[in-house]
Amino acid sequence: MIELENVAYSYGGGELLSDVSLQLQAGSFHFLTGPSGAGKTTLLKLCYGALVPTAGHVTLFGADRREMDRDDIAMARRRIGVVHQNCQFLDHLSVHDNIALPLTVSGRDLLAEQANLKELMTWVGLKERTGALPPELSGGERQRAALARAIIMSPDAILADEPTGNVDWDMSQRLLRLLVELNRMGKTIVVATHDLALIRAAKSHVQTRVLRISNRRLQFAGADL
Amino acid sequence: MNLSPARFVEFVMGDAQADRCVPPTGFTASLTLFSAAAMAFLAVFALALSMATGRLADRWGSELARSSTIRISAPEGQLAAQTNAALRILETTSGVAASRALSRDEQRALLEPWFGPDLPLESLPIPQLIEVIEAEDGFDPDGLRLRLAAEVPGAVLDDHTRWRRPLVSAASGLRALGVLSVLIIAGATGAMITLAANAALAANAQVISVMRLVGARDRYIAQAFVRRFTLRTLTGAALGVVLGSVAILLLPAAQDEGGFLTGLGFQGLQWLWLLLIPPLAAAVAFAATQAAAVRTLKDMP
Repeated sequence: MIELENVAYSYGGGELLSDVSLQLQAGSFHFLTGPSGAGKTTLLKLCYGALVPTAGHVTLFGADRREMDRDDIAMARRRIGVVHQNCQFLDHLSVHDNIALPLTVSGRDLLAEQANLKELMTWVGLKERTGALPPELSGGERQRAALARAIIMSPDAILADEPTGNVDWDMSQRLLRLLVELNRMGKTIVVATHDLALIRAAKSHVQTRVLRISNRRLQFAGADL
Repeated sequence: MNLSPARFVEFVMGDAQADRCVPPTGFTASLTLFSAAAMAFLAVFALALSMATGRLADRWGSELARSSTIRISAPEGQLAAQTNAALRILETTSGVAASRALSRDEQRALLEPWFGPDLPLESLPIPQLIEVIEAEDGFDPDGLRLRLAAEVPGAVLDDHTRWRRPLVSAASGLRALGVLSVLIIAGATGAMITLAANAALAANAQVISVMRLVGARDRYIAQAFVRRFTLRTLTGAALGVVLGSVAILLLPAAQDEGGFLTGLGFQGLQWLWLLLIPPLAAAVAFAATQAAAVRTLKDMP
């Protein structure tokens, strides 16, 4: 599905990632951890095609990232749901319209999707907040709205960058349960986080693979977690 | 963006959801509307200038081309004889439709603007004027001059070429200037729309980033901006054309005394040219915004 082979990425003369190899199989659940600035976000961006590796190969759904044009990237993005730590909403649109945005930009008929949208908003607990604007939401509501937007197109993979960074423990557990449930539906999940307690909590619900970025390289974390 | 008929219809009909993705920006919206209206207003006057000078050039060209004058300067006793001789020559000249000697009163009327109404024409050595109206195919001025020189020594043929040419040339130049003005206005409109579009794209970098994140193609993003700027320009230009037309209608009607200045405007079907201004302005805005959007989106990571 998504594959990185001996990938390196440099920016501003410094190498951020070096010799990274990773295969994201369908239905797998990965945690990506490491200290702040280690390159977790960069690795996620390589995974959804926002960055082009300076060395090695990134393959998205069978296509080499370097061979993909902007249209190809857009099509790949429709198969990868992304949840940013700062959520990235269009603040002038309601929560409903933000969640429906992937449907809108892909030309889907929103009227035909209303039932799905309603069901999804209920599932993430935002049924009562559909008309609110993003700045009016709490941190947890924003993260759940971002998750809802990421999965509205029923993507193959969901990449979440510090999804629990701005929420309390109860909310992080709620978000985790949603991600676990999605994984059980067959979605590939990658969560970048430095919250080791979250990783430990997840391990009791689902089989996960924990990856750690250290010294620009990707390592598989062991039992110390 | 390749605008096939189907895509044109899709573009005009629009996508309300897509349009809403880009937040309305007051500054660029007002700038675009005002620029388009101002430029369309100026374009109306440039077109009016072009049309008026075109009509003037045609009129001067055709009126002066069809008439000539023979001036006979001769001693008092020979003037009538030479005038008759010239008229006889004209009667047998191929390409002359009509000719006649101007009466004393007509000649007095011609001189009246310069010398006043009480000119004692009888006591002045004024040459006799003969008006010559050409037939459709015209006459040979050089041949006529030779015949007149041989038989009417005091006759001078003036076929108006000497002063017709610079007048027609000046009018044609003014007409070209009008057309050039319209082109410059179109270019300036494009430049201003480009600036406004660039400002809007830069101000919405975050919006573009989010749209890309959720899988929007660049063509889709560009269309949201292009459609907005094109429709704003169309609206502004239509407003400018209405205001310009009203201003033209308020100008004094064409009068002989006012000459060129009172003839500035449109006649009959020429008004239809104004209908072209809004769609042409919209086409310029479409091309300018499209180019700006493609360039900006290409440069954005």
